[in-house]
Amino acid sequence: MQPIRMIESRTAVLPFTNIDTDQIIPARFLTTTTKEGLGKQAFADWRYDASGAPKADFLLNKPEAQGCSILVAGRNFGCGSSREHAPWALLDFGFRAVISTEIADIFRNNSLKNGLLPIVVDEATHGWLLENPGANVRIDLESNSLTLPTGATATFPIEGFARYCLLNGTDELGFLLQQSEAITRYESAR
Amino acid sequence: MNAKTLFEKVWERHEVVPETADTPAVLYIDLHLVHEVTSPQAFSLLRSQGLKVRRTDRTLATMDHSTPTDPAEVFGRVPIKVESAARQVKELEKNCREFGVELLGLDSDQRGIVHVIGPELGATQPGKTIVCGDSHTATHGAFGALAFGIGTTEVGHVLATQCLLQRRPRTLAIEVSGRLAPGVTAKDLILAIIGKIGVSGGTGYVIEYRGSAIEALSMDERMTICNMSIEAGARAGMIAPDETTFAYLKGRRFAPQGDAWDKAVADWRMLKSDPGAKFDRVVQIDASTLEPMISYGTHPGMVVPITSTVPSIANDPVHAKALTYMGLHGGEKLIGKPIQVVFVGSCTNARLSDLELAAQVFKGRKVARGVRALIVPGSQQIKREAEARGLAKIFTDAGAEWRESGCSMCIGMNGDVVDNGQYAVSTSNRNFEGRQGKGSRTLLASPATAAAAAITGKVSDPRDFLAELKSVVHS
Repeated sequence: MQPIRMIESRTAVLPFTNIDTDQIIPARFLTTTTKEGLGKQAFADWRYDASGAPKADFLLNKPEAQGCSILVAGRNFGCGSSREHAPWALLDFGFRAVISTEIADIFRNNSLKNGLLPIVVDEATHGWLLENPGANVRIDLESNSLTLPTGATATFPIEGFARYCLLNGTDELGFLLQQSEAITRYESAR
Repeated sequence: MNAKTLFEKVWERHEVVPETADTPAVLYIDLHLVHEVTSPQAFSLLRSQGLKVRRTDRTLATMDHSTPTDPAEVFGRVPIKVESAARQVKELEKNCREFGVELLGLDSDQRGIVHVIGPELGATQPGKTIVCGDSHTATHGAFGALAFGIGTTEVGHVLATQCLLQRRPRTLAIEVSGRLAPGVTAKDLILAIIGKIGVSGGTGYVIEYRGSAIEALSMDERMTICNMSIEAGARAGMIAPDETTFAYLKGRRFAPQGDAWDKAVADWRMLKSDPGAKFDRVVQIDASTLEPMISYGTHPGMVVPITSTVPSIANDPVHAKALTYMGLHGGEKLIGKPIQVVFVGSCTNARLSDLELAAQVFKGRKVARGVRALIVPGSQQIKREAEARGLAKIFTDAGAEWRESGCSMCIGMNGDVVDNGQYAVSTSNRNFEGRQGKGSRTLLASPATAAAAAITGKVSDPRDFLAELKSVVHS
C-alpha cells in the first residue's frame, strides 16, 4: 500500500443518510473473484438508467463531480454488509476519502485496510461541507485535521495503529505475521 | 474480582496480546467460516505471499450466497445459470482443495447458509470467537459466542494467522422484560429493537440481549435476534448460554462428546455476565407491549406495528426519498397493501421452526392468485427435516415454490430476485433499495406475517390466523 499523508481535492456530495453497501455496490456485482474494476459499478442503481446510460440528475454524474477524490455523505455511511467490494469500488471510482458524521464499523475497518480514509467530523463542519459541494478540502493525516477553503479546520479521530499503517504504507498482515511466536504460545497454553 | 460481562469474559480469553494505546489487541479466532463471495481475493493474497492456512482445523467453508436453489442446477443436471456465480463456486472448490480447508460444497448434505450450518453442526459454541466475511455472523452470538463479520482483507489475516487486530468495543445491554404475545415473534422483537435504537444505535458496541423475554426464547429465535444486530449497527450481539443452549448443542457433529461435554458445559455456565457487571449503555424494552412489526422504508429501522400507518415526517428529504422508492405515502395503512412476492428464507428466518410457523398459516390454504411465494430452507438438513415432517408438501400444495437451501432472494445474487417495482413481504434482514433485485420493494416481517401475505395477496395481520399459530411461537 502507498503511504498516505495528505489528500487535497474538491468534494462530491451525496447528502443522504444511511447510504448502505448495497447502494455503494449492488450485490449482483459481487460474483467477481478479483478486486479490480469495480468503480464502474459503484452506485450502479443510482447512477445508470434501465438502458445502462448515466442518469444526468445523479450527483456523481454531474460534470462538477468529476475528478473529485473526497466524498461527503450523510450520517451512517457504509451501513449494511461486510463486503470489502464497497471500498474497492469507491477507490476504483477515484475516491480517496469519505467524510460523514458517522461511518459504519465494518465499512470503516475495510476502508482503512485499503487506503480509503473514513473521516468523521463534527456536525458544524459536516453541515458546511453539505452546503458547499465542490469545495476544495485538505485532509492532513499527520495532524488528523481537515482544512476548509474558509481556513477553518477540524480534527478527526482515527485509530492510531491504522493511522500509523496508512502513513507508512505498512501492511497489517505483516505485523500479525510477526506475532507468530505469541500466537503459538497462546495456542499451546490453551 | 471485578464483575464482568459475557462479552468481557469471552474477549479476555482470546487476547493473544492485549491492546495498548499504540496497537489493537491481537485477538485469537476459534472458528473461521468461509464462503464463496468474500474469500477469493483472500486466498489469492495467501497464494501471492506464499502463505498457508494456519489452522485448517478451525476453518470451515461452504457456499450459499451465489448458489442456485433450483435442484437441477445444484446437483449438476443443468449448468448454473449465473455464469459468474458458477465461476465463484469453482474458485472456492479450488481454493479449499489447494489450502486443505474442509468444504461443505454443493453436493454436501450438510451444506446450507453459513450462519445456519455453523450452529446446526455444533461448530458454533459458547465462549468461542467466530468470524466470517459476512455481516450476519452476529447470528452465532445467540450461543454466547463473540461472533462478528469481517471484510476480505481480514479473512486473509485469519486464514494466515488465526488472529485479528481489534480494538475493544463498548458494551450495550438490551434488557427485554415481559413475554411476547401470541403471534408476535422474535423477528418482530428485533425489528422493534432496531426501530427503537435506530440503524446506527449499536455502532461501536457489542450488544448483549438479556432479560426474561430473551431467556424464554428457543435457540432458533435467539439466532433471529442476534442475526440482525448489524442492522442496528452493532457488529456483534450475544445471549448468555443456558440450558436451552446446551440442550440444542448436545450430540451435534462438532460438539464435545463424553467427559469433554460435561467439562465444556461446566465452563460455559461461567460465561454469563456477573451480577453487577457494568455495561456502557443500557436500553430497556417491554416485550409484552409489542405487536407484529413490518418495515415500510429502505432501511430496517423504518418499521412500524403492522396495524399502524406509514409515518408522515415533514421536511425530511431522506424519508421522502425512501417513500418514493417504496411507492408509499405518509398516513397510508399498510394492512391491505397488495403484494406480489413472498420470501420465507435467509439466515434470519429459514430454520425449522420458522418453516413450521409459516406452514401453519399455509396449511390447507392456497397462495393468492398473482403472488409468487418462494420458500428456501436454511440448510439441506432443514430441507430434509421439513420434507420428513410434511411441511414441504404443505407449501407445494398451497402453490408455493420449495427450493434447495441458500441465501437466495435475501440478496438476489443467484437469479432469485424480486422484479422491478414489485412488493415482497420477506423474512430476510435488509430492505435496502435494490437489495432483493433492482427496483425491488421489500417489506421485512416474520414468517407468520409473510405467510399470511402469501395467502391473502396483501399485507395482513398474522394474528388473524391465530388459531393456527397457537403453540409454535414459544416452543
